[in-house]
Amino acid sequence: MSITEQTNPHVLTDDAQGMSYLNRLPRRIVVLYLPLAVFVFVLLFPFYWMAITAVKPNSQLTDYNNFSPFWVVKPTLDHIKYLLFETSYPGWLWNTLVVAVCATAISLVASVFAAYAIERVRFSGSRPVGLLIFLAYLVPPSILFIPLAVIVFKFGIYDTKLALIFTYPTFLIPFCTWLLMGYFRSIPFELEESALVDGASRWQILIRVILPLAVPGLISAGIFAFTLSWNEFIYALTFIQSSENKTVPVGVLTELVRGDVFEWGSLMAGALFGSLPVVILYSFFVDYYVSSMTGAVKE
Amino acid sequence: MTMTTTAKQPSAFGNIARSNTAVGLFFMLPAAVFLLCFLTYPLGLGVWLGFTDTTIGRDGIFIGLENYQALARDSVFWMAVYNTIFYTLIASILKFGLGLWLALILNEHLPFKSFFRAIILLPWVVPTVLSALAFWWIYDAQFSIISWSLMKLGWIHSPINFLGDPNNARASVIAANVWRGIPFVAISLLAGLQTIPQSLHEAASLDGATGWQRFRFITLPMLTPIIAVVMTFSVLFTFTDFQLIYVLTKGGPVNATHLMATLSFQRGIPGGQLGEGAAIAVAMIPFLLASILFSFFGLQRRKWQQGGQD
Repeated sequence: MSITEQTNPHVLTDDAQGMSYLNRLPRRIVVLYLPLAVFVFVLLFPFYWMAITAVKPNSQLTDYNNFSPFWVVKPTLDHIKYLLFETSYPGWLWNTLVVAVCATAISLVASVFAAYAIERVRFSGSRPVGLLIFLAYLVPPSILFIPLAVIVFKFGIYDTKLALIFTYPTFLIPFCTWLLMGYFRSIPFELEESALVDGASRWQILIRVILPLAVPGLISAGIFAFTLSWNEFIYALTFIQSSENKTVPVGVLTELVRGDVFEWGSLMAGALFGSLPVVILYSFFVDYYVSSMTGAVKE
Repeated sequence: MTMTTTAKQPSAFGNIARSNTAVGLFFMLPAAVFLLCFLTYPLGLGVWLGFTDTTIGRDGIFIGLENYQALARDSVFWMAVYNTIFYTLIASILKFGLGLWLALILNEHLPFKSFFRAIILLPWVVPTVLSALAFWWIYDAQFSIISWSLMKLGWIHSPINFLGDPNNARASVIAANVWRGIPFVAISLLAGLQTIPQSLHEAASLDGATGWQRFRFITLPMLTPIIAVVMTFSVLFTFTDFQLIYVLTKGGPVNATHLMATLSFQRGIPGGQLGEGAAIAVAMIPFLLASILFSFFGLQRRKWQQGGQD
């Protein structure tokens, strides 16, 4: 299928060997491998530290003289058990999942229609609308959360999951629409024309012709939107009060932090388990993820 | 009608052109409802709240510029403004430099390249709050692993007070922000680097260009458009950053690390002064507009802003 290749132009390729064969090995070690090793070490160390702290018994956690801090002698699952059975953590995970899935679904549906309308229906004024969508993407949540809190309160959805499900699309829809516009653009007009000639309606063209061809774009946008809503913090912090409605980032920060030194184990376990779902999702769809990230920036 | 004006559109589309506006607006409806209700309206409401004395639980009345006059006399607010500019400037420069360096490394022929590319993006994928918690533990005043390692090496004699001292705290939050931002810059710039044909480099080196000259006169000019976009995004998101500061210092010690976003939150939500909080948030808008306009006019020749193709 040449079309699927075309619709996914942002996947990176490494076929160019270029002139790297001219560099001798010692030079490559100093110029490439050493800095790369430092970068990888610095970028990954916090995760290692998170993981090792999560399984360290409390006795080793702060005793750096008798135990090497970089290793763990008798790993324990106590922190994780505490987290799963004695706190509301599983509930927070569930809340985050529900909110992220619902917000992503709403945003994807709205974005598919909007992107198709702007890119292919080309109604009068579609260009300014496309520009407005791009500008909407640049409006940061940190200037919206106070008025949004007022609105959410007036709608009577304060302190419910609905508050998050309705507000997350404000930053997801612009992003997904922008990304999908790029994908729709790469689908040839001829396919739509022949469908029109065969008597298909706009709706049928979108569902039967465009969407099947834009599946890579939908996956990219969906994964990215899911990750963004999983990671969202300021709205969840502002709009949610009760413990049973909190999301993972807010719950871990507001309920597990009690200023006690010995909580570090469960705190790091909470951070680790809150990160795992997005990391697993990411590891399955690295290329889609990278393409959506660079796709929003390129062109 | 509208369709016939675009040259790209073949005549088959002209037949249904009359209903296009109706169809288009109908398709726009779901997105428009969400964006108008929860983006445009709050944006306007935020500006209005900035002119009122609204508090939590009480609708305010219009008080003109009083909030802004109070802020202009407020040393904490000015501290937050300077902090935000300083934080954005230093963090963006570091992110750009280190990110470009990493992108250049990853653009070379390396074993396990796709693996490295995948794991390098991890700091950007993981929820900021959760990785910031790891940094909080790494920056612990007593049990910091950095302090311990440096003490073992004999470089320092007592633990570094990472988050307790104003300047240390500023440096620490910037370091954490840079850590999180490098992957985004590096991977985006890498995508740009891979579009530069190798033949240009080969031709230049046959003409006797040095490595630096090839970077300066081939790589950099060809990368400029993407650098501009990436850095606009990076500056915007650094300027409005909230999560890192909120987790690591909550604006402390003694308001020394407050950014405008965290100050706005503290005054507005726990402090209850919604009007004043909204005024601080509105004060960020001129800076944001400046960087958006910079991106818009700086990149005007590229049509990506209108959703067109080059």
